[in-house]
Amino acid sequence: MTQDAIPALPDYNDSALDQAFAALAKQATDEAAAIGSPDDLEAFRLRWVGRKQGRLNDVSARWLKAAPSEAKKSVGERFKSLKELIEGLLDKAAGTGPSHAALAAEAIDITLPGTRHLTGAEHPITRTLNEIVSVFAALGYSVGIGPEVETDFYNFESMNFPPGHPARDTQDTLVIASQERRPLRDRLLLRTHTSPVQMRTMEQQPPPIRIVIPGKVHRNDAMDATHSPIFHQVEGLCVDTNITFSDLKGTLDHAMKALFGSSVKTRFFPSFFPFTEPSADVQISCIFCGGKGCRKCKHSGWIELLGCGMVDPAVFAFAQEKQPAYDPKKISGFAFGMGVERIAMMKYGISEIGQLYAGDMRFLNQFA
Amino acid sequence: MKILTKWLRTYLPELPVSDTQLAEDLTLRGIAVEGIFNLGSGNGSLYEMDITTNRVDAMNHYGIAREAATIYGVELRHLDTTLPKHQPSAQNLPVKIEAEDVCGRFTARVLRGITIGPSRDWFPGAEVSTYFSLLEQKQISNAVDATNFAWLAMGQPTHAFDLDKIEGGIIVRRARKGEKLKTLDGMDRILDPDDLVVADHTKALGLAGVMGGWDTMITAETKNVLIEAAWFEPMAVRRTARRHGLHTDASHRFERGADFNAAPVASAIVSRILLANGGHIDGDLVDVRVPSWEARTAQRPAISLALSEVHRLLGSTIDKEGITSSTVESILTGLGCTLSSAATQSASWQVQLPSWRLDLEREIDLIEEVARVYGYNRFANTLPAFAGGVKSLSSAEPELVARRTLLAAGFHETISSTFCSSAEAVLTAPIPGQIVPLGNPLSEEAGVMRPSLVPGLLNAASGNLNRDVADVRLFELGTVFSGTTEKVDERPALSFAAAGNLPSQSSLHPTRRIEFHDLKGLVEQLLSRFQIRDIYFDRFPSDTGLTPAWLHPYRSARVVADGLTVGWFGQLHPTEAAARKIKDTIIIGEIYIDRLYKLPLRKPAARDISRFQPVRRDFSLILDQSIPWERIDKSLASLQIPELVDWRAAEVFRDAKLGANDYALLVSTTFQAPDRTLREEELQSFQSRVVHAVSAAGARLRS
Repeated sequence: MTQDAIPALPDYNDSALDQAFAALAKQATDEAAAIGSPDDLEAFRLRWVGRKQGRLNDVSARWLKAAPSEAKKSVGERFKSLKELIEGLLDKAAGTGPSHAALAAEAIDITLPGTRHLTGAEHPITRTLNEIVSVFAALGYSVGIGPEVETDFYNFESMNFPPGHPARDTQDTLVIASQERRPLRDRLLLRTHTSPVQMRTMEQQPPPIRIVIPGKVHRNDAMDATHSPIFHQVEGLCVDTNITFSDLKGTLDHAMKALFGSSVKTRFFPSFFPFTEPSADVQISCIFCGGKGCRKCKHSGWIELLGCGMVDPAVFAFAQEKQPAYDPKKISGFAFGMGVERIAMMKYGISEIGQLYAGDMRFLNQFA
Repeated sequence: MKILTKWLRTYLPELPVSDTQLAEDLTLRGIAVEGIFNLGSGNGSLYEMDITTNRVDAMNHYGIAREAATIYGVELRHLDTTLPKHQPSAQNLPVKIEAEDVCGRFTARVLRGITIGPSRDWFPGAEVSTYFSLLEQKQISNAVDATNFAWLAMGQPTHAFDLDKIEGGIIVRRARKGEKLKTLDGMDRILDPDDLVVADHTKALGLAGVMGGWDTMITAETKNVLIEAAWFEPMAVRRTARRHGLHTDASHRFERGADFNAAPVASAIVSRILLANGGHIDGDLVDVRVPSWEARTAQRPAISLALSEVHRLLGSTIDKEGITSSTVESILTGLGCTLSSAATQSASWQVQLPSWRLDLEREIDLIEEVARVYGYNRFANTLPAFAGGVKSLSSAEPELVARRTLLAAGFHETISSTFCSSAEAVLTAPIPGQIVPLGNPLSEEAGVMRPSLVPGLLNAASGNLNRDVADVRLFELGTVFSGTTEKVDERPALSFAAAGNLPSQSSLHPTRRIEFHDLKGLVEQLLSRFQIRDIYFDRFPSDTGLTPAWLHPYRSARVVADGLTVGWFGQLHPTEAAARKIKDTIIIGEIYIDRLYKLPLRKPAARDISRFQPVRRDFSLILDQSIPWERIDKSLASLQIPELVDWRAAEVFRDAKLGANDYALLVSTTFQAPDRTLREEELQSFQSRVVHAVSAAGARLRS
């Protein structure tokens, strides 16, 4: 690049001015075309528009200021055009950025693995619980909860378990120490199901009721591949005037389709629970084989998933002690309950229930 | 329980379906056939049944045949009880029920001159040998097999005694204290006055409803027998069976309620089979009944059933006809009920209950029977209308916020045991001494209700480290327990544990160990979700005993929000780490999240962002080791310069060159005004006020 100074103008006629300004414009344009790096760009900027030694300053001092008054206007117009041209060149060069070569020199190895930040995973049980709860929330069910340590009254007596029922045995139920001297109904135990929250809710609130109860429950069971002394249930209760068995069927059929897909079919079998009558077990068509029969459904095409039934009048009679509106001649209702572990294991292909409680990062990572 | 379809069909001459179809139809009506095994030509199938305990009446061939007859509306043959004419006896065997509160009926039949021998197919309807071999039922002798045959046929237990070993007559009574009896299993038993026995005039012969006695058992030499068929009260049988650790077919049935009217029928079936091998009936059937028990079983008062109730509870059917009167009548009649229409009201009945269905007591029980036999899957799927609103729990949103905060920070959620060992409880209980033990724990390690989530998190964290999973980020939201065995208190809690590197791996940048301040940041983030005016962290000298024993006393902090302790966190105490053979540093903590749930959530409020240039000024300070950041922080806060919009500890630098007791701190400050560009003179003045304030706090400016 020439460091040539701006010479004084010999003449101020139009053609001489055109010639002189065109030469500068060409010079600037050529130099701008050679800009290849941010350093080049900065050098170009200083050379042409720098405050102290910029060439435009020189042009202004030597040509514009030195011009006779009658030529000032024509020099000024040409100076303005040149200035705009150079500013344009600067903008363009800045916009273009560095050259390909310059960029290539900055290459990184994009095949190196990305820096991983752990992403927290919601527990599959929480996830499944929330899924179930939201299906019922959409049907108008509120969420209810209750204590994990319950009294015999709420867990058994008010759920219509007769006094000698085997579930009351300590072989099946975990109990709090030192209860022997207390009246049976006050004895504390770990709730064996979420059903006691049915009674707690009815005692608090007259009908209509629509409630889902997610929670942790315990039984005196040894751990194996599919059983755990600790597990989770979602219980549901719907009480109103004119609630029927066909409403129970329709509600659970809808819920199973919402949870497992619209092609799922349901099938109801008579069953027995002390707190419902009629009682039913519900099967869904196998979600793995679509009902054709596979290893997962033991070649039956069906998978048993939940228990349900119409609320037994005896249960309403207990609720009536605190809320007279639970008159079994006027209202009716249904209740249902499902094991969350079983559903989670099915949905996510978990083979051992114990994995759910081990806190193994490798297992949990799969749900992130 | 095993059922032969060949046997079933003898009671159902018109059964129109295959064994497979029958199995499915029974199963869909709650008489569950779990497995079907083809027994080859002419032998039908064997069903493996699973029948719920309330349907003890259906745990035999005739009971299941009754269900099938009702389902298909076909004829159910009566059990054949015709017996040869008895020879008159000079005197019937005396039978007395002394314990009338627990024995409702006792029948005794005497057969004389019989021959004990192997079983055969005696006559049509008594193919003992064939049925028993198909059922793989052990054949013992014609006498024992006859009682088993009656049991399998119609579910009534019977017992055959060697008559010649009986002295006097039969007395059903309670045992005498210390009375001895050798039972059929060869065990010598000492009886309790609560035990019910069948006795003769001198000794106990058997445990009533449970097991017969050794001394009166049928042997190859037996010529004369007494056949007992009775009805015993369920709880009495249950108590005796449990007391002696005996669970027999008989006790199983009596405990669940036998059929009061079945005794003479079963007695006839047994007698017919025995007499097929010779002998004769001696005298009448002695049949002693207790009227009060008969009234409570076979002669229960009729119950009302209204069709409107059937409709109100069951709803609509797929065929849209609903349950009709004739459907109700045919189902209940088929099951053995007698229906009479109540004259005053249309479509309602008085229903006389069958003696074998003690489980039917109320109108709802009959409605269930109608639904069950009609078929659950023939009811329509309807959705009930609902006009109410959905309420959410007050803790739902804060819990969601807490969970999201932990998840966003890269922590996995875990669920751990509700129980821990008492040593773990003592170590971690936030309220010392409030530990609730279990009465029947699963194991010693699970002996008490967890007072804290820390034991579970610690086990999970050390489990990962032991499996060489170095990077641990876990949290649990769960219930913790305190109080006493009289009254247990439950609270929600949040715990977290972390170990390993941050970030967990990087090919280009150095990773570093996660440490206290990483978790402090997490706690601050969590607390910032709630409306809290004043948050601070403090700690106590190790000799005060105020720091939880599971925490390193000088690398842990108490978290205080608006004057309330809301948690503790920090490095696991080296002693605890060593006890668990953990070499890595674990940062662990527990937040008493129930206390946060009581606070309102912080509502975001936007304020205008200043358009004017912020100015950053850094101050390089030298401080004595004893001066914590908090003091510099407070000195800057106390300046109350509105334009001092932010300040932070940008870097802490420790170096021996600074002097043994000193450390360097780079404080970064930002000044900004909402309405103007700050002038140089203003900045100068702010700067000198900052220097003055930090100097007063004990800092020196680094030259």
